[in-house]
Amino acid sequence: MKNRLLKNHVLRPLMVVVLLVVVLVVVREIYVPEDFGTHGSFTYNYYRQSNIQEWQSVTVKYQGKSYCNNCHEDKVDQIAATPHSTIQCENCHGPGVGHPATVKLAIGDSQKLCLRCHAYLPYAASGRSKIVGIDPTAHGLPGMICVDCHNPHQPTPLPTAATDAEALDEF
Amino acid sequence: MSSEMPEPLSKEHPDSISRRDFLKKTALIAAGILAPAAALELTMMLEGASPASAHPGNLCNPEPGHGTPGCHVEITTSTTVISGNAAGPGGTTATQTQPHWQFLVDTNKCVGCGFCVKACKLENEVPYDANASRTWVERYVITKDGAFHADSPLGARDGFITPEIDLGEGETLEIPPEDISRAFFVPKLCNQCNKPPCVQVCPVGATYKSPDGVVLVDRTWCIGCGYCVNACPYGARFFHPVYDTAEKCTFCEHRISKGLLPACVQACPFGVRQIGNQNDPNDAVAQVIATQHLQVLKGAYGTDPQCFYIGLDWEVR
Repeated sequence: MKNRLLKNHVLRPLMVVVLLVVVLVVVREIYVPEDFGTHGSFTYNYYRQSNIQEWQSVTVKYQGKSYCNNCHEDKVDQIAATPHSTIQCENCHGPGVGHPATVKLAIGDSQKLCLRCHAYLPYAASGRSKIVGIDPTAHGLPGMICVDCHNPHQPTPLPTAATDAEALDEF
Repeated sequence: MSSEMPEPLSKEHPDSISRRDFLKKTALIAAGILAPAAALELTMMLEGASPASAHPGNLCNPEPGHGTPGCHVEITTSTTVISGNAAGPGGTTATQTQPHWQFLVDTNKCVGCGFCVKACKLENEVPYDANASRTWVERYVITKDGAFHADSPLGARDGFITPEIDLGEGETLEIPPEDISRAFFVPKLCNQCNKPPCVQVCPVGATYKSPDGVVLVDRTWCIGCGYCVNACPYGARFFHPVYDTAEKCTFCEHRISKGLLPACVQACPFGVRQIGNQNDPNDAVAQVIATQHLQVLKGAYGTDPQCFYIGLDWEVR
């Protein structure tokens, strides 16, 4: 009987198909996680549910000004009274995760940080027009960096002619 | 007469099949198909794996209409500026407690500093020097002759510090200030569409609209076919240079679910970027979105984007 089953040209491919279907069902059952499926509409909500938890457990890197305030209250207070009060500490100093335990925060290229807002661009329709802007190629002396004259934690009042001369002398 | 009839097929004929054999074989095939399925069903039953109890880690019942009141989590973090709840995958399905996140961008205020892009890349572990970012800022310069130029060097990771337009491949274009008719900046990110075309085209169910309105990508499930990258009309998707899977803005799901602001929103010194919860009646941003006349990007595409813009110029695509 078995011999005849295998010799039959209709049954033979049929058995192959049946085998493939069985393999597919078994593999899918093993491979696909239990929480994978339709959670809402099939078009937009066909997913593995535990993935949401995975995304929510990503490490938070930017801690916010209140975290900095725990130790650097003087700096936070100082900047709070200036036009720079809206800038987060971590914007310039880098994300605070792991600081102070393992990470030391340092500012690399301060010139470029300042120019993000203070490079003059003739764009009246943008918020840039409301910020004091300079031409970095013409402002100050070659080799000078912004913090030689300006304190980013205390940007106002702007350096006067006297302090300018002093700073240039020192330079 | 009978001798003229064709001889009936005997059992000895190689192609003959008796009723008994036919039934036997049919039963055998049917059993072959059903046995593994039945075995699996049986194992699942023995494991007690019903859809609701399949996730012992979930404190809340994921089945619709069975929202557990205890699942509602009030966030009282000191840094909380947004409201909502931390309902995770098993969060309540009641629309009153499940947040629906929306984004509000005021293009008038943007100065193109790019702190949002820097914060986003560092917060979300997108390689800093790769020319790919979950959010980016575009500069538009429209000259008096009607031509318009747009650029976003490195996604504006370092801001816009020169007036020269980046044409790509190291070439720049200098536009004399007197030729400029209008110029402005437009921050962009994933619109977290309510009808996301990127999700529709995913052949494996690796990307999806999560219950809080954010479109997420399952990195373990993404096969990297790139359909979603092509399908997004906003160019908000790209391949993660490290994982080689589709990557996109998540509204900082790991932050908003804890009551924190997204990294770009927190980093913006000018209040350009704001996030709101549509389902919170006291949410100021959601109220602006509900009551003001706002623009969206490519509204005609029917994607129902959830990023709303104040002062969006028509030149912005």
